[in-house]
Amino acid sequence: MPERKTDIGPPHYEKFLPPVIKKNYGKWLYHENPEAGVLVHVAESGDKLFTVRAGTPRLVSVTTLRAFAELADKHCGGYLRFTSRNNVEFLLADPAKIKPLQKDLAALGFPVGGTGNAISSIVHTQGWVHCHSAASDASGVVKALMDELYPRFVNMDLPAKLRVAFACCLNMCGAVHCSDIAVLGVHTRAPKIDHKELPKVCEVPTLVSSCPTGAIRPATVEGKASVEVEEQQCMYCGNCYTVCPAMKISNPKTDGISIWVGGKVSNARHEPMFSKLAIPFLPNNPPRWPEVVEAVVKLVNVYATNARKHERMGEWIERIGWSRFFKLTGIPFTKYHIDDFTHAGETFKRSAQLKH
Amino acid sequence: MSDKKKRATPLLDDLEKGPWPSFVKEIKNEARRPMVQDLLGVLERSYEEHIGHWKHGGLVGVMGYGGGVIGRYSDLATEFPDVAEFHTCRINQPSGWFYTSEALRDLCDIWDRHGSGLTNMHGSTGDIIFLGAKTEALEPIFAELTAKGWDLGGSGSDMRTPSCCVGPARCEWANYDTLGVCYDITQGFQDELHRPAFPYKFKIKFAGCPNDCVASVARADLSIIGTWKDDIRVDQAQVREYAKSGTDIQKEVCDLCPSRCMAWNGKDLAIENAECVKCMHCINVLPKALRPGKEKGATIMIGAKAPIIGGALLSSVFVPFIEMEPPYQDLKDLCAAIWDFWGEHGKNRERVGEFIQRVGLGSFLGQIGLDPVPEMIAHPRTNPYIFFEDELVEAATK
Repeated sequence: MPERKTDIGPPHYEKFLPPVIKKNYGKWLYHENPEAGVLVHVAESGDKLFTVRAGTPRLVSVTTLRAFAELADKHCGGYLRFTSRNNVEFLLADPAKIKPLQKDLAALGFPVGGTGNAISSIVHTQGWVHCHSAASDASGVVKALMDELYPRFVNMDLPAKLRVAFACCLNMCGAVHCSDIAVLGVHTRAPKIDHKELPKVCEVPTLVSSCPTGAIRPATVEGKASVEVEEQQCMYCGNCYTVCPAMKISNPKTDGISIWVGGKVSNARHEPMFSKLAIPFLPNNPPRWPEVVEAVVKLVNVYATNARKHERMGEWIERIGWSRFFKLTGIPFTKYHIDDFTHAGETFKRSAQLKH
Repeated sequence: MSDKKKRATPLLDDLEKGPWPSFVKEIKNEARRPMVQDLLGVLERSYEEHIGHWKHGGLVGVMGYGGGVIGRYSDLATEFPDVAEFHTCRINQPSGWFYTSEALRDLCDIWDRHGSGLTNMHGSTGDIIFLGAKTEALEPIFAELTAKGWDLGGSGSDMRTPSCCVGPARCEWANYDTLGVCYDITQGFQDELHRPAFPYKFKIKFAGCPNDCVASVARADLSIIGTWKDDIRVDQAQVREYAKSGTDIQKEVCDLCPSRCMAWNGKDLAIENAECVKCMHCINVLPKALRPGKEKGATIMIGAKAPIIGGALLSSVFVPFIEMEPPYQDLKDLCAAIWDFWGEHGKNRERVGEFIQRVGLGSFLGQIGLDPVPEMIAHPRTNPYIFFEDELVEAATK
């Protein structure tokens, strides 16, 4: 075993930059997006950098990473990177290599696209592959969705970019809460308390204080320190389960998926905004989650048909109003759409400016 | 490979079909390992039963570190013994997620020898994720990683692995060196990264411009968003070229400007720069014609988080403009001041955004040593429930 080193931090990024980037670092002039998945960056020096972007399933094997490394060696001197949305990007100095690289990627089954007014890869969480608090799988729902949304990845035919994200519970490791379309796994029943296990694995005060609505109270059960849950106060966030494994929140019959729309993080035009509830609950129906796929595809199509050029989902909805959004999409509006958490009142409509 | 372990996975197999790359194929790529066979088995069971089969992490990790490894155990260990332990290692990614094929192969070799061979490129915070290691493999993995110049990232209540956009490496809109400062801060705060000592996690994300490609405003406790102070640089000839080739400058640019600070007369694009809010829209639409100004820096925002516990927050303005030049001392001092005050008074599992709401932004600023400025608010308070301190009233009535 080699000598033990600690706290060395990551390798310096400069080691991994291709020569054209080292030479033109901080001196880029403009870029163009001539076709889906291809970017051309032009430097003040006149040098050009060609990027080819391909989608990945995020969960990638070393076999595939080695294949990417091989493609990078073959076409671009071994230089590649990944994007914040789990796409792989090959960094080419020679534009003649674009077509052969696209061909090789297609042969391996990795679609080139995800740039401009398209749906880029869905950022997502671990789901049943690896997470303890998942209300749904992540990779499976995303795969089922992207199989149907595929044309929107390899083309650039939307009014603006459309960011889709998936998180398998309210912890939102995928921080889906500011996406054009957010797909979110939800629990819908209060936790089941394992009173036998609880005293062994949990601290009661930490558990009690973990509840955002104060629904958990200390209680003595069969002579042992435990807790009780005021079920009417529980909104199934699962925070208690995260601090105490004896508060089982997952339920195969009642866990499912909710859909949120209209969030964005960019400052372009409209300020950043949260996604808002569109559909409170759809069932977990593996392996293809048809109800979820149908709902998302419909949202994308209604947006694509009705939004103006450059309008993100949330900007479009703000212009037409929520009543028209629900009419156009055919999504039923329910009491669950009306906020009743801490600052609920701020979301009520307080004017008579309505479309009739 | 143990063929006798191989189970039928009809539900997962369905997800090998279709045009989008399949995670099931990826898992099967490594299925010569018993561990990955058992992963397929557990996952198929989840697909049958509609429930996950992973238990909470226990305390696992490498010697001297409190973070970087997430413990994960199967609740079906008897049936699937090879995933009884299936921990995650977070490996600190290089700034901007740049690699050479050689570096990528080094990582693959290490992971091939000691784990499942499955990764995420990358995890939500930005780390390289090695998915599925046994406890006994953790020290050898760590030793081989550090020998090749890699180190673990953050987890738990620590400074999480900082991350940044592609920045000046490939973007003309980078208003500061996102890769440089990300590396500098990561190296400067190794102890805060590896040894959890905060009330809760603390994420830092560096975005080079207000397009915010790393979603810092939604996902980082400290969001450093590049911006500029002076005038947008305009190449009028290029604006005319865009108009000639079909861009409706009035409709697509001027009419969509949030502060309506632009005018187009068919020949020149006039910008009232003092009114510009640096939203990036016009620059996004006309990248060959418009560029950010030359007086560059960043806006620092604070407090974003996902819903758990008290509701989701976007970051809010903390420092309207800061120059971002090495050695980034102002930023480092600011981090230290935040960690000091929040570290002392924050409750367990209270993110800094929630902490600020509890103590009040006004009080928080006082403790950090920043003056309140109107850029920090959407509008002044509308309620009259003011906590007056003696000095204001005394000064006015003297």
